[in-house]
Amino acid sequence: MTSSLLFNSTTIAYLASMLLFFIFLASRSRGVGTAGSILALVGLVLQTVAIGLRWKESYALGVGHVPLSNLYESVVFFSWTIVLFYFFLDLKYKHRVIGAFVMPFALLGMAWAQLGLNSGIEPLVPALQSNWLLYHVVTCFLGYAAFAVACGISVMFLIREGHERQTDISGKSIVATFPASRILDDLNYKAIMIGFPLLTLGIVTGAAWANYAWGTYWSWDPKETWSLIVWFIYAAFLHARITRGWFGRRAAWLSIIGFAATIFCYLGVNLLLSGLHSYGGGS
Amino acid sequence: MFLLLTLAVTSIIGTVIPQGAPPPEYLQTIGENKFKLYKTLGFFDMYHSGWFILLLALLTSNLIACSIKRLPQIWRLITRPTTVMDEGLGKSLSLIESVSVHADRSLLRDKSIALLRAEFGEPVVTEADGSCHLFAQKTPWCRLAVYIVHLSIIVIFIGAIIGSIFGYKAHVNIIEGEAVTSVMSRTGKEIPLDFAIGCEQFSVSYYDTGAPKEFKSILTVLEDRKPVPGFTRVPIIVNDPLTYKGITFYQSSYGKVGEHHFIISNRDGSNKTQLTVDSSSSAKLPDGSGMHVLESTQDISPFQPGMSGPAAHIEVHTPTGETKAVVIYAQYPELNARTSEQNGLPLISYTGGQEQEYTGLQVVKDPGVWVVWLGCFLMVAGVYAAFFMSHRRVWIRITDGEVTIGGHSNKNQAGFQPVFARLVERLRNDISGEGEK
Repeated sequence: MTSSLLFNSTTIAYLASMLLFFIFLASRSRGVGTAGSILALVGLVLQTVAIGLRWKESYALGVGHVPLSNLYESVVFFSWTIVLFYFFLDLKYKHRVIGAFVMPFALLGMAWAQLGLNSGIEPLVPALQSNWLLYHVVTCFLGYAAFAVACGISVMFLIREGHERQTDISGKSIVATFPASRILDDLNYKAIMIGFPLLTLGIVTGAAWANYAWGTYWSWDPKETWSLIVWFIYAAFLHARITRGWFGRRAAWLSIIGFAATIFCYLGVNLLLSGLHSYGGGS
Repeated sequence: MFLLLTLAVTSIIGTVIPQGAPPPEYLQTIGENKFKLYKTLGFFDMYHSGWFILLLALLTSNLIACSIKRLPQIWRLITRPTTVMDEGLGKSLSLIESVSVHADRSLLRDKSIALLRAEFGEPVVTEADGSCHLFAQKTPWCRLAVYIVHLSIIVIFIGAIIGSIFGYKAHVNIIEGEAVTSVMSRTGKEIPLDFAIGCEQFSVSYYDTGAPKEFKSILTVLEDRKPVPGFTRVPIIVNDPLTYKGITFYQSSYGKVGEHHFIISNRDGSNKTQLTVDSSSSAKLPDGSGMHVLESTQDISPFQPGMSGPAAHIEVHTPTGETKAVVIYAQYPELNARTSEQNGLPLISYTGGQEQEYTGLQVVKDPGVWVVWLGCFLMVAGVYAAFFMSHRRVWIRITDGEVTIGGHSNKNQAGFQPVFARLVERLRNDISGEGEK
């Protein structure tokens, strides 16, 4: 069995899970929702094994390293953290339907990685040969995943809230399966509340690594600057909420803008701007 | 908040415009008018420009002002908690329960104290207006966490300022087998070290694919020309620097210094001229072509079995704009002749050269870095405490025939509810037994 076969199966599982969640939205049959969750879990398990296998395969090739070193590996890992974070929220707050707005992110990541990115296992350039790679990438991506889920929840919020303002939610509408807007608003805040410390930790471990490798903990590299921009946006989100009482639509929009900035920080900087993190350029 | 978003938006400028490149490069890409405008606005080094630093200073003073405004109130809340639950407070609490019971007040008091001590925290006991009041709290200091986060940003700034005033960033190239006693700062100033640092050896290793695997320098620190014990022949690679007396040396680049000698002539052998080419620069051929040495060896035999002597891999840029990379030998004139024929170049032959490898080291002194790490630690701890810990308080009021228990959590009410419910349950069990006696 090879990791790429398992990654393909993961993609299919995520696709099936997403479709089931969509059917769940339309049919509101509990069984379908459960099946969607189970398939997402199957995908997550397959993907976990696949990541482990790829790690092992890299050692077999004599260039052993954590599979977090190029754009392909990071996109796969991002998709993994998104599903992981979704399950965390599902276990804690039991709003299964959120999966319909989160799984597309995970599927998009896997599909792009599988179809559009070079999946070869490459040796590590000297600058990446450090344990800091692991700490830095894991903390950053767990943070990104929390923001991705928050963004999905915010989209749900805007849809649900729009309906709530116009009409009474009728029993048959798809929107009626969404949790109440108050709950979505709260979940958005909770996801960001978890993501923000992780992002902070990700920036700090990145700074520590840079200091250890080059002697500068901060050099205003485009990636560093963008991560700071993302940090500012979510810091503003938290301040707006805590000191100014920004709830509801404004909070949801800020969360979506924050995630757009996160995606630009992650992909845009690699693909469009040059800097220390330009590993994505030559996909 | 407005400041945070302004900082976020303005920071984008610096990621779109490359920072710190030489002016001609900008002029080429954006034209003169824009160049002048951007220069006045400080966009080319905007993170050090006056207005960006002003924004950071504004952020700092804003942080301090907000903290000072709110801190006394929070401080009072922590150090002088409301230990008596009167009517008003009781009404404001969403978690409040009363238990009616006929029992001796001092007994109820002792039971309640024991319960709080075991389940929640050491209670403060107050006798007031004919009732007995108990108060206990958990992690009141976590209300300070947000100010610790604010403080941590200021601590990081202080660390950065210490670093920029008392530290420096510099660069030095050391040729294999030699030592230096000073380094070159980024602004081109020579900074003396009070010791010498020598490079014993430099090596590069490659993967099978040809990608570089490791750059390694073997360094030795010398004091009064004698090697310092513990700092002799220390291998330095990327991600594994050497620190001595607060100055850290990082592997950052490498290269070769030396010169190569060539003889250039027309293809028929006429017009012979000697040409010396520096390892790191290029030279002009008589016909106007430019050439530089890509790599060279003084003995080709390990690379091309059956051949011997010096050889050079050179790149020639012809006046017509073509680029040709060819290998030139010292001992095989017939091969050189064929090469020049095939590529339309003058006849070039290599007579050998000397070359030495040097290692390029980044040299950093930053006494503020520990302050920065302290700030980062405070920030991570503060952010954690601010989001995931809450200040929980419990009051119990005991009057004749009634025990009232109230609770409050400044965050995560949902998490506190079951804790409070269990407390009420225990209290009910403990005291109802007494009532029946």
